[in-house]
Amino acid sequence: MLNSKIPAGNLEKKWEDYKGHCKLVNPANKRKLEVIVVGTGLAGASAAASLGELGYKVKAFCFQDSPRRAHSIAAQGGINAAKNYQNDGDSVFRLFYDTIKGGDYRAREANVHRLAEVSVNIIDQCVAQGVPFAREYGGLLSNRSFGGTQVQRTFYAAGQTGQQLLIGAYQALERQVALGNVKMYSRHEMLEVVKIDGKARGIIARDLVSGNLEKHFGHAVLLCTGGYGNVFYLSTNAMGSNVTAAWKAHRQGALFSNPCFTQIHPTCIPVSGDHQSKLTLMSESLRNDGRIWVPKNLNETRKAVDIPEEERDYYLERRYPAFGNLVPRDVASRAAKERCDAGYGVGTSKQAVYLDYAAAIERYGKIEVGKQGIENASKETIIALGKEVVKEKYGNLFDMYAKITGEDPYEVPMRIYPAVHYTMGGLWVDYELQTTVPGLYALGEANFSDHGANRLGASALMQGLADGYFVIPYTIGNYLADEIYSKGVDTNHPAFEEAEKAVLARIEKLMSIKGTQTVESFHKRLGKIIWDKCGMARNAEGLKQAIAEVQALKKEFWSDVRIPGEINEMNPELDKANRVADFIELGELMCIDALNRNESCGGHFREEYQTEDGEALRDDENFMYVASWEFKGEHNWELHKEELKYEVIKPSQRNYK
Amino acid sequence: MEHYNMNLNLKVWRQKNKNTKGAFKMYRVENISSEMSFLEMFDVLNEQLIKDGDDPVTFDHDCREGICGSCSMYINGKPHGPWQANTTCQLHMRAFKDGDTIVVEPWRADAFPVIKDLMVDRSAFDRIIQAGGFISVNTGNAVDGNTLPIEKQKADDAFAAAMCIGCGACVAACKNSSAMLFLSAKVSHLALLPQGAPERTTRVQNMVAQMDKEGFGSCTNTGACEATCPKEISITNIARLNSEYIAASFAD
Amino acid sequence: MTWKQVFTSSVGKKLVMGFTGIFLVLFLIVHVGLNACIWAAAYDPNDQGEMFNKAAHFMGSNVLPRILEIGLFAGFFLHIFQGYLLTLENRKKRSIGYAVAYADGSKWYSRSMAILGTLLLMFLVMHIYHFWTPSRLGGIGNIQPLAEVEYNGVMHHNLYAEMRNVFVGNTLIVALYVLACGSLAYHLLHGFSSAFKTLGIHNKKISGLINCVGVGFAIIVPLLFALMPLSFYFGWIN
Repeated sequence: MLNSKIPAGNLEKKWEDYKGHCKLVNPANKRKLEVIVVGTGLAGASAAASLGELGYKVKAFCFQDSPRRAHSIAAQGGINAAKNYQNDGDSVFRLFYDTIKGGDYRAREANVHRLAEVSVNIIDQCVAQGVPFAREYGGLLSNRSFGGTQVQRTFYAAGQTGQQLLIGAYQALERQVALGNVKMYSRHEMLEVVKIDGKARGIIARDLVSGNLEKHFGHAVLLCTGGYGNVFYLSTNAMGSNVTAAWKAHRQGALFSNPCFTQIHPTCIPVSGDHQSKLTLMSESLRNDGRIWVPKNLNETRKAVDIPEEERDYYLERRYPAFGNLVPRDVASRAAKERCDAGYGVGTSKQAVYLDYAAAIERYGKIEVGKQGIENASKETIIALGKEVVKEKYGNLFDMYAKITGEDPYEVPMRIYPAVHYTMGGLWVDYELQTTVPGLYALGEANFSDHGANRLGASALMQGLADGYFVIPYTIGNYLADEIYSKGVDTNHPAFEEAEKAVLARIEKLMSIKGTQTVESFHKRLGKIIWDKCGMARNAEGLKQAIAEVQALKKEFWSDVRIPGEINEMNPELDKANRVADFIELGELMCIDALNRNESCGGHFREEYQTEDGEALRDDENFMYVASWEFKGEHNWELHKEELKYEVIKPSQRNYK
Repeated sequence: MEHYNMNLNLKVWRQKNKNTKGAFKMYRVENISSEMSFLEMFDVLNEQLIKDGDDPVTFDHDCREGICGSCSMYINGKPHGPWQANTTCQLHMRAFKDGDTIVVEPWRADAFPVIKDLMVDRSAFDRIIQAGGFISVNTGNAVDGNTLPIEKQKADDAFAAAMCIGCGACVAACKNSSAMLFLSAKVSHLALLPQGAPERTTRVQNMVAQMDKEGFGSCTNTGACEATCPKEISITNIARLNSEYIAASFAD
Repeated sequence: MTWKQVFTSSVGKKLVMGFTGIFLVLFLIVHVGLNACIWAAAYDPNDQGEMFNKAAHFMGSNVLPRILEIGLFAGFFLHIFQGYLLTLENRKKRSIGYAVAYADGSKWYSRSMAILGTLLLMFLVMHIYHFWTPSRLGGIGNIQPLAEVEYNGVMHHNLYAEMRNVFVGNTLIVALYVLACGSLAYHLLHGFSSAFKTLGIHNKKISGLINCVGVGFAIIVPLLFALMPLSFYFGWIN
């Protein structure tokens, strides 16, 4: 059933061959073809802008008040590209290899190779748009290193790379809006995919200000709606990030792949209490200079600065001497959890480890002393100079930490703990980014395609922009070339009417429950179930419990949720209820998927499957496939497997020691 | 950091929609932890309101880490509240003490009409960007990124201007409801880079014209925008915009 | 962009304020320099205002200053008219105000330029009535001409004596003049550097310099002006 449509031929020639042979749409016809883009993050904004430039009639939708606010904006660290500007041995192949390996051999070779190929174009495109990447004194682009790799290939703009890239794409999008090629619908949420004769032909969207439902036709629909990390309630995702659009597509027949592959980011600010509404990430780049440790003694009560060096356990450096603090995210996160579970955690909650800059401050201080030719510098001078350097490099992150925790990270080690950050799973797509519903595409984090079981740092931005700027403009033509004969469908078509009716019925049902519990409280409970039983470590027993608990929660939600206000007005509680209802269904599927995957790989760690020293134990024999789930009705999914064939890379046990 | 709990009185602007008149309403919240963010305190209030059968307070928020620019509360007489270089979502309750009364208002400017309660319509900013806040380069046209070296100082200045999150606090703070800081940050970002040069003249003309059309006031250099900007965008950018505008006005 | 578009835009209107403001600043330099001649009397008992009267005579009789004077009136008019227009326009941009005003972000005088300007305008009317009207329009209709004094065979208006008339013993007038100088100081404290910002000076070093000069100017010039009536009032010069 699953045809990934990977072109034949040599891996490094596949994309070129595809581009050379895919069908084209002539400019006169492009004007007549309408494309709906849902979501305006990096993938959505870049796709909408690029398709607008090509001459398609584009309608773009976002639930935020402006496309510029999509959550891609919060990415801090950077974007990878195989430019090899640093002459340190990088290449397209190496980026491809690192991504496959980082993903623990659960990604498609052809997609990842294409990603590595176009990575270089992304940087060029962004520079041309005026994205102010960091530069060296000579005026050329600067790079830094990032977790899980040994080359410097990450381009960045201080700690705000995502913001700058998104603003670049947003500006390109607004330019197309001004030119009339794109019509923008902000404060709109997609609530249904409309299918006619098996093809995606439009959407039902809700104007969040008026509460009115709208029918929109499109020859193709692109979902660029991001990941589903908020199923955990607490995550680094934005409050509004949701799975709703992808979930509606899933219920309309699009397969959902590897939902259990979620990434837990190792360097986040720990939870401070029950009131917590979201978690804040501290860029992974902090691991370049910071050292992670916990006390060697159980029940340590001294302050961090009072614990002598020999009583500190730099557990990452101890366990992984080759990569040290720079091991991939999944490895670092699990190691932190392992230490905390063993009772060595720090802070009041004991659910945190130290990220210490004292050594880095001293090291940089000594370098500065040398540079400035200060003789017999006192310790204070060294520390003061070192702080200056650290401030220059990480100042904004340190400020953020200080604001949230009220502690001064220049004086005391930061406390960090892993938090949900990214979801590798998503809608199944073929090489053309098309889901199993013809005419329905998924781009960026919303699809499952490029990161396997774990994503490397600075690769999410790369994938979002690759899909939007450089992949979809080609692959959509291959589909739309056959659609030039299909005239636009009147939105009075029965399929639209029915879809709208169904959406309205669901909203009315939600509003009519008038129960006693708030949407937020259900979301919190769902998050706790998923985090405890389908989080950083999972086991069959827990997953089975979780499935039962989520099913019960669903029943309770649909009988006791309380939503204030009216349908036909701005009603954020109703919006949230719509989203949480979908999260609950997704939560069940995640647990089913995690239970099905009897192995540990990447972000999916099944306690039953680990090596003697606690590393993830893959089972390539039985699980080298993409688990794609077909929705069959309430609590019922059918598994379809897409075998992964490695023709170029030989999968091996990941080793960061 | 010592943690403490507090009870607070909130005086919040309530307005059903843009066509109705709004008014302040008093609320009391109890046992608020000093570790909460300001918006988490509002979450507590809203949960309480829903339980009591009232309508929760509507406000814009999304990333809650100070970068998306959604949040927009005018707290005790300052956009984004008492802390410097800060957004509402990053404001934490240790900024307040037990028994405080906090007045929360929406951004006030006719160019930012209230949608509901504390939520305003900032789409005018999008239209200002549409008027010229971009570099016209279609996907695929770019040359190698390192073909064009850019002086580090200029690149850094451009970045400092590009850090604007479009939250609108500058407008809310300005006694003239002027959008000049927002506008000038974009004009500066693009004018400082060689890539932006070809459209320099038309960009500043069109963007200023659009700003005027949207109904923002004019700048009188009071500096309130800079003082409240969560990203510390410098008012120097406004002067740079003025020079760009003067140069553009002489262009044929 | 046509000139009309330029000068009707928000930035263009501010440009008018900036240009005329700087022009008025230049006028202040000339005015304060010329008037400072009154203090010659403090050093030379024989001066009796001669230096000042001669300087004033030069300004009044030479064709170039007379042309500039027309420009000056035009400058004043534009500055005042545009200032009020902008203030009214800007005020209309926020129909519903805040319950709590934002006071910390800017200086009170930066927010109060229109009020300070209004005070200055009221002062200007009085000031013109005191000196300019008798000097320029004296003899027309009921307006009393100024007394004259002869230096080297040429008749000069004795503006020095007129100052003495206006200020000596007139506590209220002197107080108003000093108050006006205070308004001027605050008006300049914002206006001087603001004008240069409006004209597009964004180089950090130069604008830093301008800010310093602006503060100095805003203190020194109004202070000198204020000392003039006080000098007469307290008899530091006679």
